[in-house]
Amino acid sequence: MENKLVISPAPHLRDRMDVKSVMYAVVLAMIPACVGAVYFFGLRALFIIVFASAAAMLTEFILQKATGKKVTIADGSALITGMLLAFNVPPGVPYWLPVAGAVFAIAIAKIPFGGLGYNPLNPALVGRAFLMASWPVYMTAAWIPPSRGTISGISAITEATPLGVYRMSNMILADGAAGPDQIAKATEYLNELYSLSSLKNLFFGNVGGCIGETSALLLLVGAAYLMIRRIINWRIPGTYIGTVAVLMFILGGRGAFTGNVLFQVLSGGLILGAFFMATDMVTSPVTPRGQIIFGVGCGLLTSIIRLKGGYPEGVSYSILIMNITVPLIDRFTRPRKFGEERVKS
Amino acid sequence: MANSFKGGVHPEENKGQTSGIPISELPPPDIVVIPLSQHTGAPSKPLVEKGDEVRVGTKIGEADGFISVPVHSSVSGKVLGIEARPHPLGRRMPAVVIESDGKDDWVDLSGHKDITEDSPQKIREAVKEAGLVGLGGAAFPTHVKISPPEGKPIDTAILNGAECEPVLTSDHRVMLEYAGDVVAGLKIIMRVVGAERGFIGIERNKPDAIRLMREAVAGDDGIEVADLKVKYPQGAEKQLIKALTGREVPCGGLPMDVGCLVQNVGTSLGIYEAARYGRPLISRVVTLAGRAVKNPGNYRVRIGTQFAHIISASGGTTGPFSKLIMGGPMMGIAQADGDAPVIKGTSGLVLLGEDEVVDHDPSACIRCARCVDHCPMKLLPNEIVRFVEKEKYERAKQYGLLDCMECGVCAYICPSRIGHVQLMKLGKAALWAMKKKAEQEA
Repeated sequence: MENKLVISPAPHLRDRMDVKSVMYAVVLAMIPACVGAVYFFGLRALFIIVFASAAAMLTEFILQKATGKKVTIADGSALITGMLLAFNVPPGVPYWLPVAGAVFAIAIAKIPFGGLGYNPLNPALVGRAFLMASWPVYMTAAWIPPSRGTISGISAITEATPLGVYRMSNMILADGAAGPDQIAKATEYLNELYSLSSLKNLFFGNVGGCIGETSALLLLVGAAYLMIRRIINWRIPGTYIGTVAVLMFILGGRGAFTGNVLFQVLSGGLILGAFFMATDMVTSPVTPRGQIIFGVGCGLLTSIIRLKGGYPEGVSYSILIMNITVPLIDRFTRPRKFGEERVKS
Repeated sequence: MANSFKGGVHPEENKGQTSGIPISELPPPDIVVIPLSQHTGAPSKPLVEKGDEVRVGTKIGEADGFISVPVHSSVSGKVLGIEARPHPLGRRMPAVVIESDGKDDWVDLSGHKDITEDSPQKIREAVKEAGLVGLGGAAFPTHVKISPPEGKPIDTAILNGAECEPVLTSDHRVMLEYAGDVVAGLKIIMRVVGAERGFIGIERNKPDAIRLMREAVAGDDGIEVADLKVKYPQGAEKQLIKALTGREVPCGGLPMDVGCLVQNVGTSLGIYEAARYGRPLISRVVTLAGRAVKNPGNYRVRIGTQFAHIISASGGTTGPFSKLIMGGPMMGIAQADGDAPVIKGTSGLVLLGEDEVVDHDPSACIRCARCVDHCPMKLLPNEIVRFVEKEKYERAKQYGLLDCMECGVCAYICPSRIGHVQLMKLGKAALWAMKKKAEQEA
């Protein structure tokens, strides 16, 4: 035979999807929310996204160069970390803050573990946790009202996010020493939060919040794309959101079974977290049953934090905590092999 | 919904290049190289020596034990010797090299009586004497398969016409051109093993074959031609049984554990020909495909024909190619050159162009779980290969290493381009070595 032949093991065909295409599909899925962020919060939002992404990629580049490793910034994973970190900071923070978060995410939570595929925790969430611990005031107060509305999404209050108002009102209602006018006010706030106009604001993103989390609609557009491409499936986001919906319906209102499900699902970072962060492949279970347990666990923790926690929102900590359990979950949820006895010995 | 199983993938089928072209006979080559090991089990014992005259169908190797079969000369001529020659599975292995005299003289089969209605034992003997093995690729001796042991009654015989490997169409053509004989083979199988039910499973991308086979079984209520979803590996034995009967062959078990027997459609044809005419297996249908092939198609090729001869005798190539695969693109074996010969399990030769040769440079697993979602055996391929890489073979075994059939779905679907199949083979080999060592020490 005149030509030299390649010898390699079967299969001799490969599906088109590679790591790069997976990562850039996720990036693409975040673009609608990026556009929404700029629309609602102005160019600041864009700068924060660009700076965080650049910082994440540059950090990865420098560390890999310095340690003589293969430079992998082109795979898109550092870009995702940067974008997600930016999505998770308030729009009013100084520009150095997301940069610090992105550097921390890559330099502490990703590269030391071996880079993409080996990090046990979602790097962007570790970066966010670092920012929360270091600059809590910026992270919990640097809100900017959206271009066509208020931070709370309602007119009665302007300083707090919807979940902030929710938490505050609930604290007043739970406080035995609260006066009748305070109770009336708190009740009014809650009623306003649950009104159609407030829920609409939450759905379209016309409320205050972290840069990428406010518009449920635009996040769902990206999520639908990822589902259609079969990059994510329903198991984690479905069980996560479902668990929050059920628990908050039961416990999140005044009296049992009176919680407002739509408000709970649409507010805060739940949609962003459930579809874009809890689904991070590297840090979530691989088994079908494991993914369901993971999603339920995230939902449980988020609900507990919303009801009893020190912060109004708990999506990122919930996911981080569940990240830790992934090896254990995978280990104990191994699927039944084809032909394996149904009753385990 | 068509019958199927859970998991699997759907690579581009690429069967159109050859599926419409009738089988044609490729003239026998001047020299055939017939390996003594073409089947699962003990290699055949040579019966000829250098200088012996043989005819087409002369037995040149005898079965060595129960799980073994004889081999026959595929040309008439003179034995040049028994020597180590390149084998399509990789290593050089002993083969009988025969120079053809060009006369194509057959051994006299006129003395053979039609035994299609005869006793099961007679048929088993005829099948063994014909050197018949599973022609789907695994090449397991057929007479063993149709001799289920006591206590393993078989109620269902299945013909595998799924042909789920992309590109290959040899089974498809066999069904189109030998429909009646294939069904006759199935009836023989059913009678020999006492199965009251017969299935012919065919993927839906072969509607003409489904129609023709339905016509061929018309009037026989015991046989159903079932259409199957087009999905790889639909033709894997356990997945096929699951799709057709709903039964799951237990881990480490065989089809007979759930009362089933599966034969490739080409094997069924061979069984019929062996019983009816006493014809030994000296040729088979091979799909020759690929962009570089000048005359792609299905060719009836003598066993022992070297690959290079098939390519040139069919009309050669129109340009360069970079990979020569024996078998299909999912499970076939890449060849170093065209020296290895067609063996009984050779279902196709696929030539790939430079741009079709896929990248095998793996990156780290990103735990995307695509291998888990698609594994037809419901294993965790990501975990198993991780254990193999760390040489934790016992852990790999606990996770189902030995249940892996190396279908290649995980590697096909892997975005990190990890070579799962290679690692699975490595792990299995290590387990075998450990077992052997333990036995020696005991």
